Amino acid sequence: MKNVLLPGLLISSLALTAVYAAEEPNADAYREMTYGDRDANPALLVVDRGEELFKEKRGPKAVSMEECDFGLGKGVVKGVYAELPRYFQDTDRVQDLESRMITCMTTVQGFDEAELKKKTYANEKANEDNTDLEAIAVYIASQSDGMKINPPTAHPKEQEMIKVGEALFYHRTGPLDFSCASCHGADQKRIRLQNLGNFSKAGKDAQKAIGGWPTYRVSHAAVRTMQHRIWDCEGQMRLPDTEYGAPLSVALIAYLTAQAKDGTYVLPGMSR
Amino acid sequence: MKKTLLASVALTVLAGVAWAADDEKAIQALVDQYISTGYQQGEKQHLERLKQDETLITCSETRNIPSPEQAKAIIEREKATIKYPEGNKMLGNWEKGKEVFNTGFAMRVGVISPDKADKPRGGNCYACHAADPKEVAAGNIGNSLTGYGKMRGNSEETVKYTYDKIFNSQSMMACSNMPRFGHNGVLSPEQIADLVAFLVDPASPVNK
Ligand code: HEC
Ligand code: HEC
Repeated sequence: MKNVLLPGLLISSLALTAVYAAEEPNADAYREMTYGDRDANPALLVVDRGEELFKEKRGPKAVSMEECDFGLGKGVVKGVYAELPRYFQDTDRVQDLESRMITCMTTVQGFDEAELKKKTYANEKANEDNTDLEAIAVYIASQSDGMKINPPTAHPKEQEMIKVGEALFYHRTGPLDFSCASCHGADQKRIRLQNLGNFSKAGKDAQKAIGGWPTYRVSHAAVRTMQHRIWDCEGQMRLPDTEYGAPLSVALIAYLTAQAKDGTYVLPGMSR
Repeated sequence: MKKTLLASVALTVLAGVAWAADDEKAIQALVDQYISTGYQQGEKQHLERLKQDETLITCSETRNIPSPEQAKAIIEREKATIKYPEGNKMLGNWEKGKEVFNTGFAMRVGVISPDKADKPRGGNCYACHAADPKEVAAGNIGNSLTGYGKMRGNSEETVKYTYDKIFNSQSMMACSNMPRFGHNGVLSPEQIADLVAFLVDPASPVNK
């Protein structure tokens, strides 16, 4: 059934792209339109694959990820993404979804960390399918669809992480002297025709952005997660490849998510 | 009684200030630590790009709102970095400049999606500025440069102002959002002279 749906969808999304190229090729308009038909989001296929991977007994220890705690207790998936990033006592760190997945897959399932991080993202230029990490992340995140963005902030380490993220947001470096604020620091700005959210203030722009990730990116024909978005923007700044799930990316995500508080997750998202 | 109260209030306030400063230092220490562990390691990653100069340290710390003294220091320092092309020829060829204005920065590093080292570098100016009115895909982080030469002419003064601005944007405005293209070695003095021509030459589409 789903396989039948896909070609039709691809054709209609191509048609959409064409319409927008001619008129108003910006991600917002695209998003509003595609959100109307969320059952047609190709990410749903990846969510299904992620669910299978999540539940399967995998890794050297042959256990499923249901043995892991994503913040609301062992085995709980529903609503966990809505309350991430958060402080975890067992690692004594603030973690986002993806760094927590790595903890789970290494400590509980016995995978090797370096091995897991060898291939984090599908290469869209080679038309690759989403990686297991991307599939698992979008599955877990989608179980918070419709929920309020509600990252906890009571723990001092959570407060600290948000502050570090904020400082990193304004940290200028690289051959182009950019910080995140160069592009996301004012209202109604565009790079060429791409709308840039203003994430220097709490509210609407951050809510819309954070609330729609992970997202199916039509231009990549793949699901993308927040770790990928941070990597992507750091690349636009002409900086090195970010380390998957490292505190640098987690701090930025903690800051952005705090700015997005009280928004609503609409997952999986769909965007340009 | 009142005196003791006052003194203890003063002490608390002082302690509060000291705590805030300590807090800021602690956050900055974490920023540095996270940057040193936040990127993949190895030669291809060009980790030297993570090193800030004094100007960027000030701009980061003040969130691009330097004090008047800091702004003055930045402008003086950045002015001193400007280098000129052979024979001080700051007005190049507008047709070449048109190309540079439109071409992307290149310079991506890393292992996932790097650019070839010899990929031509451009200023990617349309990312932030409108210029040729026929180019609709122009960003708006910078002001529109459409009609630039029509409004300002192409006097020696305008040419030098424009060259200096593109070579080092912060030689005029401390903590400008615009990259310091010449200073950072993204564009060559000759490419910048071509860009100047694209902006001021009466024959350029910018001024049609
Ligand atoms: C040179 C400009 C530039 C810089 C610097 C930059 N970004 Fe972006 N960012 C973009 C563009 C372009 C998009 C894509 C917008 C679109 O899809 O329409 C984007 C998208 C995003 C999104 C997703 C927004 C959404 O609505 O889906 C997030 C989150 C984000 N950036 C965060 C960051 C962070 C954090 C940094 C600093 C590490 C950063 N960006 C630095 C240009 C930039
Ligand atoms: C990241 C965005 C960005 C990019 C890329 C960028 N600029 Fe700018 N530019 C700005 C901003 C913001 C200003 C206004 C603030 C200032 O004067 O520094 C500006 C100002 C200018 C000015 C002065 C305008 C005036 O009215 O006096 C010129 C000239 C200029 N830019 C040319 C260029 C050229 C040529 C390029 C490409 C090589 C370029 N810019 C790339 C952001 C950018």
